Amino acid sequence: MLGLILGVAFLANISLGSVMIPFSDTFRILFGGHIEHTSWDYIIWEYRIPKALTAILSGGGLALSGLLMQTLFRNPLAGPFVLGISSGASLGAAILIMGAGLFTGFTAFGIVNDLSIAMASSMGSFLVLLVVMAVASKIKDTMALLIIGLMFGSITAALVSVLSYFTEAEKLRQFVYWSFGSVGNLTWYQLTLLSSIVLLGILISISAIKSLNAYLLGERYAKSLGVNVKKSRYTIIITTGLLAGGITAFAGPIAFVGLAVPHLSRQIFDTTDHKILVPAVLIYGGILMLVCDTIAQWPGSEHILPINAITSIFGAPVVIWLLVNKRKMVF
Amino acid sequence: MEAKEKRITLNAKDLTIGYGKKIVAKDINLSLKAGELSAIVGINGIGKSTLLRTLGNLQPLIDGVIDIDGNSLTTYQPDQLATKISIVLTEPLIANNLTVFELIALGRQPYTNWWGTLRQRDTDKIKDTLHILDLINLKNKKCYELSDGQLQRVLLARALAQDTPIILLDEPTTHLDLYHKVHIFKLLKTIAHEMEKTIVLTTHEIEMAIQLCDNIVLLEGDKNTSGEPCELIAQHAFDTLFPSDTVSFDATTGTFKIEK
Repeated sequence: MLGLILGVAFLANISLGSVMIPFSDTFRILFGGHIEHTSWDYIIWEYRIPKALTAILSGGGLALSGLLMQTLFRNPLAGPFVLGISSGASLGAAILIMGAGLFTGFTAFGIVNDLSIAMASSMGSFLVLLVVMAVASKIKDTMALLIIGLMFGSITAALVSVLSYFTEAEKLRQFVYWSFGSVGNLTWYQLTLLSSIVLLGILISISAIKSLNAYLLGERYAKSLGVNVKKSRYTIIITTGLLAGGITAFAGPIAFVGLAVPHLSRQIFDTTDHKILVPAVLIYGGILMLVCDTIAQWPGSEHILPINAITSIFGAPVVIWLLVNKRKMVF
Repeated sequence: MEAKEKRITLNAKDLTIGYGKKIVAKDINLSLKAGELSAIVGINGIGKSTLLRTLGNLQPLIDGVIDIDGNSLTTYQPDQLATKISIVLTEPLIANNLTVFELIALGRQPYTNWWGTLRQRDTDKIKDTLHILDLINLKNKKCYELSDGQLQRVLLARALAQDTPIILLDEPTTHLDLYHKVHIFKLLKTIAHEMEKTIVLTTHEIEMAIQLCDNIVLLEGDKNTSGEPCELIAQHAFDTLFPSDTVSFDATTGTFKIEK
């Protein structure tokens, strides 16, 4: 059932876009039929399908990392970015885009394109993650770790603000565009990279399902149930970093999905069992991103709206509605 | 009937407990046997829960040794220890959307495979505990629907399903009315005696502990004694527990009196 919705959302996503391509032709292109407009063929295969796949991967991946964080921290407000991963990525991108003009030493980095931004932002997020990990080895209290992650997020966000203040309008604009997030413009090669990262994250998460269920009772109970708390904590944090960092690198900082989709899935399935939740958040995350991306590139419109805004504008009311309607938070 | 010498399952020698450099209590010696219900008692903040958590390896000891079934606590891997000691904590249950069955099933984790599949053996054990603790009718209820007394029984069931020779409970009777307090105490006593388990609990119900427990560990900070309730009464161990101008101990009835 869910798979079907995902399939429909996928088809809808690739058949709609700024260039109107009839539905029948989309089908023909997909299944190797011949059509008159070769440019349509190009649009579908080189633009829309990679974009749709990126949407599924990033939506599912972010939702999964959000689930991991919420379970590990036993906190419904945790998301993939609580460890400062997103701000780290922003800092990386900001230094590359805006810092190049400020420090002459950085002019070698002057070539700002999609790939170098991806590299810079993933470096930024992993740097912050490394610092947080170093702190995590000293701090035993998971709640304190959560707050420390948020503090690192604030610091990096502040650094980005300072950079922005000293930057010329042109570069600032470029950075703001990056921060809007986008699932488009990925080549098949980049897509392969992204899917390997997400796949690895999914595999590790599946292997951790049993300990994730133990974490539902809290860290102490998990330990008394035989979970190697230290090891599994590292595993879960690294997996989150891998997923959120990797996705942010390619698609920009996409907010909301990671926080909201786990809540949506828990409400809909009325369960906290990770055997159900892990596949559920992957599929829901994928669907949500596909739908949001379809709205962002509203059919026939020339403009592509920032996906980061769409996810929140259309997703937040759904979550609010669910919570108000059920009058009870499932967590 | 003369019972055969009971087996010592939990032994602590010259134990010092605390957090990092901060010592909470020291010179604790205790040796608890299979088939016995023991209570750790003492005034607020004296370190009852700290002792319980230290015995359960949830926090490191500062000095001394703890032996579980004859082997040092430190020699156990986390998954091995999970088959020896199960724990019921005071902290509120956050995941209260679990059903009673799901929660108890989590107790089987030390025995299931990497995916956590429940096999026949596991479901049998869960059914047993549901039966023992009279929870059959509640098994599909969500935890947030339960009363405090029911929830305490469910948490105990989870520990029981973990099938360990030692069960540690941190203040299992707080928030309960007198009837349910006695009920839990008696239940624990029956389980300890009939299933040959070592059950240790912390409690403020000293009078109840004197009447119903086989063993009492009395924490007083610098001086810590343990033994059978009547032994401790004979040693006048309870007399100095509270300031005598407020609460005094009556050795003949085994109860405390409020001084007016």
